Amino acid sequence: MTALRGLAWLLVFQSMGELLSRGFSLPFPGPVIGMVLLLMGLHSELVRGPVSVCADFLLSHLSLLFVPVGVGVMTHLSLVSQYGARILLAVVVSTLAGLFVTVLTLHLLRDRGDAAPGETPDA
Amino acid sequence: MPPPGKRRMPKFVELWVYLSATPLFGLTATLVVYVLAQAVYARLGQAPWANPVLWTVVCLAGALLATGVPYPTYFAGAQFIHFLLGPAVVALAWPLWLRREELRRRWGRLLLAALAGGIAAGGSALLMGWALGLPSEVTLSLVPKSVTAPVAMGIAEKIGGIPALAAVFAVITGLVGALSGKYLFDALRIPRDGSGWAARGFALGTVSHGLGAARALQVNADAGAYAGLALGLQVVLASALIPLAFRWL
Repeated sequence: MTALRGLAWLLVFQSMGELLSRGFSLPFPGPVIGMVLLLMGLHSELVRGPVSVCADFLLSHLSLLFVPVGVGVMTHLSLVSQYGARILLAVVVSTLAGLFVTVLTLHLLRDRGDAAPGETPDA
Repeated sequence: MPPPGKRRMPKFVELWVYLSATPLFGLTATLVVYVLAQAVYARLGQAPWANPVLWTVVCLAGALLATGVPYPTYFAGAQFIHFLLGPAVVALAWPLWLRREELRRRWGRLLLAALAGGIAAGGSALLMGWALGLPSEVTLSLVPKSVTAPVAMGIAEKIGGIPALAAVFAVITGLVGALSGKYLFDALRIPRDGSGWAARGFALGTVSHGLGAARALQVNADAGAYAGLALGLQVVLASALIPLAFRWL
């Protein structure tokens, strides 16, 4: 029941987000606005308890939710056969570039005190 | 009277035609194949190449193509799983809330890393697409690929890409990051300690959204939390900044 109440809260916040997004033609998608609204809503215990249960469940199976869209690759087979190798190259290079920049930015800006005692920086 | 074998065959075909046309089929196939892929992944010690999403997508797409079941028929059932992406994006507020103290303390650094990583990933995709001579709608669908699929679709639509293609690119990007992150981070000698896990997780969430976060979560709880945080930040930053950047260009 708690999980169900959590799902109800998530849907309520998503709906509020959709309404704001469409109503004011904001650049953010409805669920993103819903997320920001929920972040404020979590100050209330009424929301926090149920949402924590449901969010933990949903987020622990997050990767499953991408399967239906992923299977959609079969509808673009002609595009894939024509440009597949080049698309894959662009995706792989840009993904590695993004990971490289992000991880190095954080690593170089880290608190020196963050590392566990006795750990050398290049361990 | 026809032999029994001959009568059974058409009946099986009829049943298959009936079953494959109901929404039950798409939903059942997605869940069953995913659960099996997850079990194999666990048996193989969660090796990155055994990624359950990758193999579920390959098996399902292969099976649909082999049996001639069209994608919309499959999606009629799979949409119930797809629908949960919306509430899941809303639910990302939860890991953000749990880390709000850290977020408050380190927001400058994290915001800088999220911006730098997002620009590096999206910008290099744009440059690569252009340099490799991809059609412009394909290149534009590549730009938001570091954002979680449902949001990437919306952004692609706003800047002149193809939403369905953007979603597929987002999933491929998620997989590439989840598969390669560990090796890249090890090569860069990012440590496996508190701040190292945070940096690894944050990078995976920034570039490879939900699939990177799922991978990070399996490896280390801190990495997972930072990945969730990064993915939430990337959603907000990208959906505000990418359409804005393309309005100026």
